[in-house]
Amino acid sequence: MDFLSLFDLSVLDSTVRLAVPLLLACLAGLFSERAGIFDIGLEGKMLAAAFFSAAVAHLTGSVWLGLLAGITASLALSLLHGLASITFRGNQLISGVAINFLAAGMTVLVAQDWFHQGGRTPSLIGQGRFSPIELPLATTLKDTPGFGPVYHDLISGHSVLVYLALLMVPATWWILYRTRFGLRLRAVGENPAAVDTAGVSVVGLRYAAVMICGVLCGIAGAYLATALQAGFVKDMTAGRGFIALAALIFAKWRPWHALYATLLFGYLQAISLRPDIIESAIGFTVQIQLLDALPYILTVVILAGFVGKAIPPRAGGEPYVKER
Amino acid sequence: MTLMTKFLGAAAVVALSAGAALAEPALIFDLGGKFDKSFNEAAFAGAQRWSEETGGTFREIELQSEAQREQALRRFAEAGSNPIVMTGFAFGNVLEEVAPDYPDTKFAIIDMVVDQPNVRSVVFNEHEGSYLVGMMAAMASESGTVGFIGGMDIPLIRKFACGYAQGVKAVNADAVVIQNMTGTTPAAWNDPVKGTELTKAQIAQGADVVYAAAGGTGVGVLQTAADENILSIGVDSNQNYLHSGKVLTSMMKRVDNAVYNAMSSGADLETGFNVMGIANGGIGYAMDEHNAALVSADMQAAVDAAASQIANGSLSVHDYMADNNCPVE
Repeated sequence: MDFLSLFDLSVLDSTVRLAVPLLLACLAGLFSERAGIFDIGLEGKMLAAAFFSAAVAHLTGSVWLGLLAGITASLALSLLHGLASITFRGNQLISGVAINFLAAGMTVLVAQDWFHQGGRTPSLIGQGRFSPIELPLATTLKDTPGFGPVYHDLISGHSVLVYLALLMVPATWWILYRTRFGLRLRAVGENPAAVDTAGVSVVGLRYAAVMICGVLCGIAGAYLATALQAGFVKDMTAGRGFIALAALIFAKWRPWHALYATLLFGYLQAISLRPDIIESAIGFTVQIQLLDALPYILTVVILAGFVGKAIPPRAGGEPYVKER
Repeated sequence: MTLMTKFLGAAAVVALSAGAALAEPALIFDLGGKFDKSFNEAAFAGAQRWSEETGGTFREIELQSEAQREQALRRFAEAGSNPIVMTGFAFGNVLEEVAPDYPDTKFAIIDMVVDQPNVRSVVFNEHEGSYLVGMMAAMASESGTVGFIGGMDIPLIRKFACGYAQGVKAVNADAVVIQNMTGTTPAAWNDPVKGTELTKAQIAQGADVVYAAAGGTGVGVLQTAADENILSIGVDSNQNYLHSGKVLTSMMKRVDNAVYNAMSSGADLETGFNVMGIANGGIGYAMDEHNAALVSADMQAAVDAAASQIANGSLSVHDYMADNNCPVE
């Protein structure tokens, strides 16, 4: 029985890596849904971004161009979602599902046409990948008891996108709660008529939110394909867009809580990789499947209202129609 | 396109010389696609070898959706193709229904058993090949701990794991084999990110050789092993070239040989069980210039000795799927 081993540094390190794509996608969904546009196409956008970032990084040899291409691809799908659900007032869920299918099929098709490797991209090498960056003094402080290993192994040594993602949390909080744009964005998700009466464009705000969502999904996809991996494999997002949606509900559409929720979900995924640690810590084996399912179970518990109540933005899912 | 023209040209020549009586074999690729660098591509290579050696032609189709399975089978059967070869266990149910409707057509299905009088069921002794690469893993490991990362948790993948563990223990009875499965849904075949994390988790537990039998997830495993400077073992086809000098070997299923054999026997295809193992060249391990430096002469001698013992029956590797149980952990 050794409970502390549940927080082994290697598990926490893995938690960070697994949580970051969830966090980016979760914040992406947060912007979109706070503005009243439900987005279940997070998965598809991440997948498209993963493919185009890996493909362009391979073709140009520059991971930054890859990142740009990933964001562009994700933005293009966001625009599609915006067109369907804002301009043409279509059903937001159907548009999201369509984007998921489109991305799943298109990435493999284009990959096969460009690279002939069974829907993969060739492995990225050198400048084609985000490499881990070592924070200042990490090696020097490594042997300091207590803080040293934590700083060296856990805080340092991630790719730049990880730090960017973590910075996005306070940034999102600040934008949503401390700027005029954020206030209007939240208002447009609660009561678009009021925003419209004040003379602010509902359509413009919603497009802005959907585009921010596209950028964040793009970064998430690029992180999967060019930082965690060295290339694209078909369907490599493996449901992370949906777990991010669950995390969004779990966090009740709040930025800091999104960080905690995704870290928790990431931790559950990370600890499920180490059955040996679980067994030594609590003395019996836990089914891996249970740990994998736990994020969804927790979300259902929250949704059912057992732990507080998750109230989505009031105008979410409904296209705004001006009264005549 | 040029390939197509060549095929068409060759088809015309055959049609002129032999008339319409000669039945062409047909090959159906599963959803992974013809050039998947693995299973389907190996099948295609076997068919092409047959075509080059005999000058014959074959018809082929790449499935685009589940719904096409039955349609493709029936179309080929009605067009008189014989035999019809299909890759992948997913054809099992469909073939069970279709085969009785075309009693004069012979079918060959790879990786699945279909009990019909006109069907050849080709299965591979993956446990034997996994045993051999397990021996190599144990000999190459310095820490005495080796890893196995499977894709979806199904009996077939446990068969890989069990053979591997037996091979490891045969060399070093004290060795530790860490086994992880990626998941329980088909998404587990295409989750390289989780493959990476599993590899890192196994490295944290001391593993210095990992064997991936996990489809697309294995891409992440091999990549991480190369990044972290440990050895990995590929699966199905020769994956040594993916990270030259970092992939110890690959456990090869000679799907190409199975397709080649089926096409060579033509309409006289022998039906029933067809077990491809070490003895008949259906299973092996990969040696090439990419891993020559990693495998010493002693290692190769030991593995080859075990291979010939398995081939002549004096060494038997337990098959997990025989009793859903593995004698070693």
